Amino acid sequence: MKSAHPVLEALRSIWAARSIPLSWLLLTRQPVRLAVALAGISFAGILMFMQLGFRDGLFDASVTIHRLFNTDLVLISPRSSSSVSMAGFPRRRLVQAMADPQVAGITPVHWNLLLWRNPKTLATRSILALGFEPTDPLFTDPSLASKAKVLNQRGRVLFDQQSRPEFGPVAEWFKAGRTVESEISGMRVRVAGLVSLGTSFGADGNLLTSSETFLGLMPNTPPGSIEVGLIRLKPGSDPMAVMTRLKTTLPADVTVLTKQGFIDFEQNYWRTSTSIGFIFTLGAGMGFVVGCVIVYQVLYSDVSDHLPEYATLMAMGYPLTTLLGVVAREGLLLAAFGYLPAYAAGQGLYWLVRSATQLPVAMDTTRAVTVFTMILVMCMGSASLAMRRLADADPAEIF
Amino acid sequence: MAIEVQDLQHWFGSGTNRRQVLQGIHCKVAAGEVVLLTGPSGCGKTTLLTLVGALRQVQHGSVLVLGQQLHGAQRSTRQQLRRRIGMIFQGHNLLRCLTAEQNVQMGADLLPDLSYRARRDLAREWLRAVGLGDHLGHLPHDLSGGQKQRVAIARALAGQPQLLLADEPTAALDSQSGREVVDLLKNLARQQGCGVLMVTHDPRILDIADRLVQMEDGRLFAKAL
Repeated sequence: MKSAHPVLEALRSIWAARSIPLSWLLLTRQPVRLAVALAGISFAGILMFMQLGFRDGLFDASVTIHRLFNTDLVLISPRSSSSVSMAGFPRRRLVQAMADPQVAGITPVHWNLLLWRNPKTLATRSILALGFEPTDPLFTDPSLASKAKVLNQRGRVLFDQQSRPEFGPVAEWFKAGRTVESEISGMRVRVAGLVSLGTSFGADGNLLTSSETFLGLMPNTPPGSIEVGLIRLKPGSDPMAVMTRLKTTLPADVTVLTKQGFIDFEQNYWRTSTSIGFIFTLGAGMGFVVGCVIVYQVLYSDVSDHLPEYATLMAMGYPLTTLLGVVAREGLLLAAFGYLPAYAAGQGLYWLVRSATQLPVAMDTTRAVTVFTMILVMCMGSASLAMRRLADADPAEIF
Repeated sequence: MAIEVQDLQHWFGSGTNRRQVLQGIHCKVAAGEVVLLTGPSGCGKTTLLTLVGALRQVQHGSVLVLGQQLHGAQRSTRQQLRRRIGMIFQGHNLLRCLTAEQNVQMGADLLPDLSYRARRDLAREWLRAVGLGDHLGHLPHDLSGGQKQRVAIARALAGQPQLLLADEPTAALDSQSGREVVDLLKNLARQQGCGVLMVTHDPRILDIADRLVQMEDGRLFAKAL
């Protein structure tokens, strides 16, 4: 014993000073009430996980394509409001940007939603089409460059195999060696390869094609008009400084953004111009309120049922703070044990959502901590409300 | 002197409903003395117990319990004093979710500077002393009325009180277990050297008293044994 480490010694004395775990016993000796409480908390937790997960997933999904671009700065038209309504601007502006000494390269990109005909059912559906010069770098993924060569031939497209199945069994047919041909805006195209990009909120599917083919599909596009201009900078240059320079040199008919700014621009649209954020945050709030009501109900009736026992403890000389601590610990235990099944169910449901919708919904640490904090606030708030009932415990009444 | 009460008066209610229940009580209980308090119901016996037990604010008079003046005492003072007083209630008031052993340990847990193991051993010792050594892990609803009352006594004594207050501890018991309980109480109190003030209506147990006191209309009268 003498050689024991002081920390161990301190732990030993804390362990020796423990008393009967009253909160734990109060909860576990009433298994039905505990089950109701845990079911309620878990339900609230799952609701919050789902709503917040959907919200973040949708915001995240709105920029699936934006993240892939190999670029430092992006030019768009100030009339563009989001990926589903991109306006054109003169391609000259992108060429003008080349004049900046820090700029290493540019890629003009055509961007629009076109009607794709499902080759099996012949139904049409809106798909996001990007047109670019096949020799220009577009995405950070280096495997695209070799695939892009086939686009030099007119009427060829690269189809995103992660597109939703409503676009037809394009990937399956292509992999099976079949020639997959379909129609876009009444023009015949052939799938010349597959890429893997991912669906986004605005687009259920994607395809890549050459500028030439793209303009063929969109004959009304004004000459020299593009929707997105990618600007790559020389290594070691400061994107913010170049952006400021370009803003002053270029006319007001283009907006200069960093890559992150381009991502934020898109997410901001969905966040502010649609009710998605509000709806899902409200949904999470509902879960919170439902959880509060259930936990409060359980703790309040628990305290009420044991009021004579609490009064007895006070008569024995236990201070009120000890009893408040018992209720607080009950809240804490409920929070911890209600969170675990909610977390596990959240993981399972996210997996389900991912496989059913291809939305990038995953458990991230921030959300896991947010939901735990909300459950903790829910349980401790309810516990502190239930504690007011303890004031009714009058030891003088029990004789 | 365990209890020294002088000119204790107490009222319930306010305004026109104000009713005096204690009309100038004088009483003393020495350490190690067993005093039985009898009297018709509603005469203020329980009120006296709650006042002496520091469960109620003293309105008038002097109540000296274990050397502590309770007239004008703070809530925390009264709470601290209650730790030194063992109380046995008419209903056993055991915690339903705790086993017999854990209930008794709730009493022992109030003792400072004892390890968990020491307090648990103390609880077991007291349960053995009240003859429930083989019922340690039973929950209250698995125990008979007499057994529950004995657990309550063990709990009151496990806190090593210097004063024991009991309110009709035999009311819910048949004559044989009632007898066992009070004999036990007296012996254990003797060993611990603490004073006992017990309210009872039960004529069968009057013989354990050192002194008998009768209360009528809020006043105390000594009574021959």
